[in-house]
Amino acid sequence: MIDLDRLYRQERGRVLASLIRLLGGFDLAEEALAEAFLAAAQQWPQSGVPANPRAWLVSAGRFKIIDRLRRRSRFKALSPELQRQIEGEEPPMPEDRETIADDTLRLIFTCCHPALPGEAQVAMTLREVCGLTTEEIATAFLAKPATIAQRIVRAKTRIRDANLPYQVPEPAEWPERLDAVLHTIYLIFNEGYEASHGEALLRRELSQEAIRLARLLVTLHPDAEAEGLLALLLLHEARAAARTDAAGDLVLLPDQDRSWWNTDLIAEGIAHARAALARPPVGIYTLQALIASEHMRAGTAAATDWNAIADLYALLASADPSPVVALNRAVAIAMRDGPEAGLDLIAPLIAGPLAAYRFAHAAKADLLRRAERWSEARDAYQAALALTEQTAERRYLEKRLREMAD
Amino acid sequence: MRYLCLVHFDVNILLAMTPEERQDLDRRSIAYDEELRRRGAFLRSDALEGPDAAVLVRRRDGKTLASDGPYLETKEQMGGFILIEARDLNEAVDLAAGIPIAAFGTIEVRPVYLIPTPP
Repeated sequence: MIDLDRLYRQERGRVLASLIRLLGGFDLAEEALAEAFLAAAQQWPQSGVPANPRAWLVSAGRFKIIDRLRRRSRFKALSPELQRQIEGEEPPMPEDRETIADDTLRLIFTCCHPALPGEAQVAMTLREVCGLTTEEIATAFLAKPATIAQRIVRAKTRIRDANLPYQVPEPAEWPERLDAVLHTIYLIFNEGYEASHGEALLRRELSQEAIRLARLLVTLHPDAEAEGLLALLLLHEARAAARTDAAGDLVLLPDQDRSWWNTDLIAEGIAHARAALARPPVGIYTLQALIASEHMRAGTAAATDWNAIADLYALLASADPSPVVALNRAVAIAMRDGPEAGLDLIAPLIAGPLAAYRFAHAAKADLLRRAERWSEARDAYQAALALTEQTAERRYLEKRLREMAD
Repeated sequence: MRYLCLVHFDVNILLAMTPEERQDLDRRSIAYDEELRRRGAFLRSDALEGPDAAVLVRRRDGKTLASDGPYLETKEQMGGFILIEARDLNEAVDLAAGIPIAAFGTIEVRPVYLIPTPP
């Protein structure tokens, strides 16, 4: 039995990215993508899955579209490059591994073009690169699907009308462009690491794709923050196996079995974090990687150097004065100075910007539990539960509530 | 997911067309249904008679009331629908944009709402 749905989820983003390059735009590429999977659904049950399904899909999609365009002979509206392809002179560009590998990165740089509004960049990337549906993105952003759909349509129109190039830019343009790209790769990783919806706590292929892209960035352009991001992703990924138990339930850092951590990834991550630290200014991803390094150097949760971690969070909070960073800093301070110190810092966050942020209520609940303020802790867990859709997280919160009932 | 594409247009634009233009539009509309079917996106479609052929029906206090046509004159009127299957709303929008009448009318794309089974 061929699991086409699974293949679709795995391959969609990269096949689309290659088709956009080959066909010169989103519209034709999305048509080609649909054609490619249609052809696969018709042919693979008889012929079997080809050795390289991605290359097969790219080539089938491209062939179908070019064939159709040839018949429609709408040549005039097409780029000279595409016209040459249709007239059948040559295969487009060499299909070597390098070109294919860069397609997703090219797509991310296009989705993150400064001519597009930030919220459109994120929505486009989640849909085109990660394969999320419009409806799923809307749920993640607490927005209406119709709003997200329009954002994506406008962004695509803008890309086409402004003729935004579909390429990884020259190194001179990187400083201006890199922030959005790093942020996007981080989001892709997070969507894989803690999927905002549904059953699967880990959509592993998305996390691995993000790591692949971060590696590629570091190879193409030795930027300290890109290296800091790579370090951060590797250190998170190193803990992936320990994050869920046999029943698929969430296990938080202090309770994780550290023998499940991947020591190779930890060593690689720490090496990249140090290399990034050696090239100041130290950015937000590098600081987060250094925080993760501190956690992972400790042999046990009790041996964690909370002094160092609280100091790093202070640096991070000044580089990135966001409420979520303030929340994490509050938790680190609670670990150093006791739960009451943390609760004092969390209270204004929950009264203000993080009122609807599930992790803020969960953190508050954990601190109240440690302070043995049981009834307040129960209320806070309930508040967190009311904001949580993700199945494994819900089970975790419900388990805490049951424990306190005893 | 299923989406209903409601096709709205100004009937005066159709009336102003030459027979050849009309036939060409009809041909392209039928061909697009066929294209959607080939892609596995087509569920059902129909064109509708104008609002002047409509009867409005209500039941109040057990009595059936029937009256003529629409309440208000709008420039664009619903003249047909295509029910499609698409991966998500943006795919549905892309498919709707291919409907030939979208070039002069308006396609309203409405996600199908699944009524939860009552307990």
